[in-house]
Amino acid sequence: MSAPAGTRVLERGHAATTRRRHDAIPKATGQFAYSSDLHAAGMLWGQTVRSAHAHARIVDVDVSAALALPGVRAVLTHADVPGRKTYGLEFPDQPVLAIDRVRYFGEPVAIVAADEPEQARRAAAAVRVEYEVLESVVDPERATEMEPLHPDRPTMGHGYRDDPRPNVVRSLVIRRGDPDAQGDVTVSGFYEVGQQDQAFLGPESGLAVPDGEGGVDIHVATQWLHVDRDQVAPCLDLEPERVRIHLAGVGGAFGGREDLSMQIHAAMLALHTGRPVKMVYGREESFVGHVHRHPARIWAEHTATRDGRLVAVRMRILIDGGAYASSSTAVISNASAFAVGPYGVDNVSIEGLAVYTNNPPCGAMRGFGAVQTCFAAEAQMDKLARELGIDPVELRLLNALEPGGRLATGQVVAAALPTKEVIRKAAALPLPEPEELPRETIRLPGGAGNTTRGEGVRRGVGFAVGFKNICYSEGFDDFCAARVRLRPDGSAVVHCAAAEVGQGVTDVVLEVARRELATDAVELAGGSTAAVGSAGSTSASRMTWMAAGAVQLACREALEERERRPGDEIDLERVYRHPRTFPLDPETGQVTDGPAHVALAVAAMRAVVEVDVELGLTRVVWIGTAQDVGHALSRRSVEGQIEGGTAQGLGLALMEEIQTRDGAIVNASFTDYLVPTFLDMPPVVSELVEDPEPDAPYGVKGVGEPPTVVSTAAIVAALRDATGVDLTRVPVRPDDVAGLDRR
Amino acid sequence: MESAAELDEGLAVRVELTVNGERLEADAWAGESLLTMLRDRLGLYGSKNACEQGECGSCSVLLDGALVCSCLVLAAQADGHDVVTVEGLGDAEQPHPVQAAFADAGAVQCGFCTPGLVVAVADLLGRVPNPSEDEIREALSGNLCRCTGYQKILDAVRMASGA
Repeated sequence: MSAPAGTRVLERGHAATTRRRHDAIPKATGQFAYSSDLHAAGMLWGQTVRSAHAHARIVDVDVSAALALPGVRAVLTHADVPGRKTYGLEFPDQPVLAIDRVRYFGEPVAIVAADEPEQARRAAAAVRVEYEVLESVVDPERATEMEPLHPDRPTMGHGYRDDPRPNVVRSLVIRRGDPDAQGDVTVSGFYEVGQQDQAFLGPESGLAVPDGEGGVDIHVATQWLHVDRDQVAPCLDLEPERVRIHLAGVGGAFGGREDLSMQIHAAMLALHTGRPVKMVYGREESFVGHVHRHPARIWAEHTATRDGRLVAVRMRILIDGGAYASSSTAVISNASAFAVGPYGVDNVSIEGLAVYTNNPPCGAMRGFGAVQTCFAAEAQMDKLARELGIDPVELRLLNALEPGGRLATGQVVAAALPTKEVIRKAAALPLPEPEELPRETIRLPGGAGNTTRGEGVRRGVGFAVGFKNICYSEGFDDFCAARVRLRPDGSAVVHCAAAEVGQGVTDVVLEVARRELATDAVELAGGSTAAVGSAGSTSASRMTWMAAGAVQLACREALEERERRPGDEIDLERVYRHPRTFPLDPETGQVTDGPAHVALAVAAMRAVVEVDVELGLTRVVWIGTAQDVGHALSRRSVEGQIEGGTAQGLGLALMEEIQTRDGAIVNASFTDYLVPTFLDMPPVVSELVEDPEPDAPYGVKGVGEPPTVVSTAAIVAALRDATGVDLTRVPVRPDDVAGLDRR
Repeated sequence: MESAAELDEGLAVRVELTVNGERLEADAWAGESLLTMLRDRLGLYGSKNACEQGECGSCSVLLDGALVCSCLVLAAQADGHDVVTVEGLGDAEQPHPVQAAFADAGAVQCGFCTPGLVVAVADLLGRVPNPSEDEIREALSGNLCRCTGYQKILDAVRMASGA
């Protein structure tokens, strides 16, 4: 594959295959400071009082008993919010502290600060909140017929299609060609996706330190420093430069740290008491402390010719946004835009709807809407293959979307999208030989539970393809700043606010700077809003591309500047933008003045499972995948993203679901919400397909999301193959596959 | 931290223990975990708190040589005992072979699970120098990792075991 003009392609596998991540030893020796490890002299501990109801009117809040407890320094409510009373990632519809009403279980109502964490917990428990419980909106299908939870309709306008029904966050239609076009064969299905949690291991936490002059420094684990600042400052009634956000060590993110958690609360307590305030959520609190993956209900109808060409796809997608908007408007757009999958089809009708309910708020999680629709669309493709008697891999190859083809939104795929290649490569990976019986129980479904000797165990193989966009879309001004200080001795300091959440972007920054400046003497400055402009968010698989682009640009211009001023210290900051995108037409969902998405990435996956059909217990035996990665700056880091992303998709396929009763989460712990362990994850064979992205620095592409998009669909396809059961809901529960061998 | 004693009058305890070879003492609230004491009283933040109920292994330490979740041990129970944390295994200058293997294998992403896993792997390799894949998976099934999918951790264990 030749390099696109004007880029310098790094040698494949350079850097991290030979170099350790710069943060690996500090992390492995326990020296790396996560947001929950921070401390300061004279520090207080903050705690949040949270709603015990999903929907209630607040009649009264009495803080007197809490204030009287030993060690308590402050108890604050909405009346103490210095500035704007609400905030939000896209729309400021969420109260900093509940005002007269709570809309979800666990919503913050008051905050306390005390000398000791246990004192803070006891004080929080002593705040008396009197509620008048209201009827909850918990069924998303009925949300548009219920009383509005946000009568002021915060998300209306903004170029979205007008939908006057109550509780609509965003309603969207994508219509192309003749959706009623007839073919020879039609298959239909209804699919459901449960609510998944990011379950990052490092809980929400941080330290707010007052600067003594009315401003505040907030050290926090987040995905986007500057968007935090822009939400925090107005609520504190401070100019943005008086709120400085610094990136503390991040213990995983996966979308769950896009929205604010404790930032404003800790800052309020710090400014009120004049002392540093630390807040750390416990695991139970973390489950209500961040947004989740949207639960979805999807109705799908696929029509094809007898020889297997897709004629029309019709889908209706409903996602439950929960109590506040968060990024639901973008999630439903993504879910809809990629609902068809990476297939070419001329006639499309997609109706997407995100609603407000009193369920836990939902927003960004790895895959961002594409996970839910991939599960439905790939199940439909398998159904169609069965109906037509065509091999499922062949059917996908026959309809594969490649450059020159069109997305459901009418956008012509102009950039790299090696759909056929990833399908062929994944399908060609050799499957593991079936394991003989008897064998170690740990290698059987049920594992160490010792539940079977292999009788009733069936093997199945599944295949799926998934894709999504890279970077922000629909006209969003998506940019990243980097600052380079070149010292006269040739060494350099690089500033970039790109949030390192575990994926390794700081090594990308360092590697690009070393390459561009041709020196190993490069230091990385800590991420801070005080030192450099916005990097944008560590999300949408965009940060490698954007940070590499910004650092490359700043380094090249710094070198040019040094030519002009030899011997001087050079300190310059540059802003990188990817090619512009444009909004979709609100009535047709079709592209307007240009593309809505800047780039796409595709992955194909093959999964082998075993199911004990007597007990409904499962074991994923093996996963093989081929993924379009643009250009891999570090093979090991890319594999790490693929393996980890696959594990999260496996979790959604088999075990991960937030369960609610009347809006209240009933399994808010790692005892009751199951995350895949070492025994649940099989080996993953990753084939990297390198097809450099023409517009991206070095031809890179984000790689974090495609494996999560595709793996749920691939694993459930294998479960269907093993059991003959038409599994339409994830996570698949033992009851769904137990009892009968229905092949 | 004098207010620990005020929290529940008469329920504060003085704990004396050996941590990473050093004799230390601190006052703890009677309901406090060993993990909290290590982190917030002794300033050893390497052991992580991620679940508070022994499900994730992020707080794993060796207590008298036995692998435990320090969130499930009361600080007071460690009185008079010997504790080894991730900080006691190695440091940046002289990392423990398991710590070096995690870095070399690409087993560290966000790294929040890493200290607990490093302690658990050191414990495993101390008992079973050349574990099989099944033995590794079973021994580490109490340590959750949300980033890696475990494959690079498996590589790290093999690397450290010399297998």
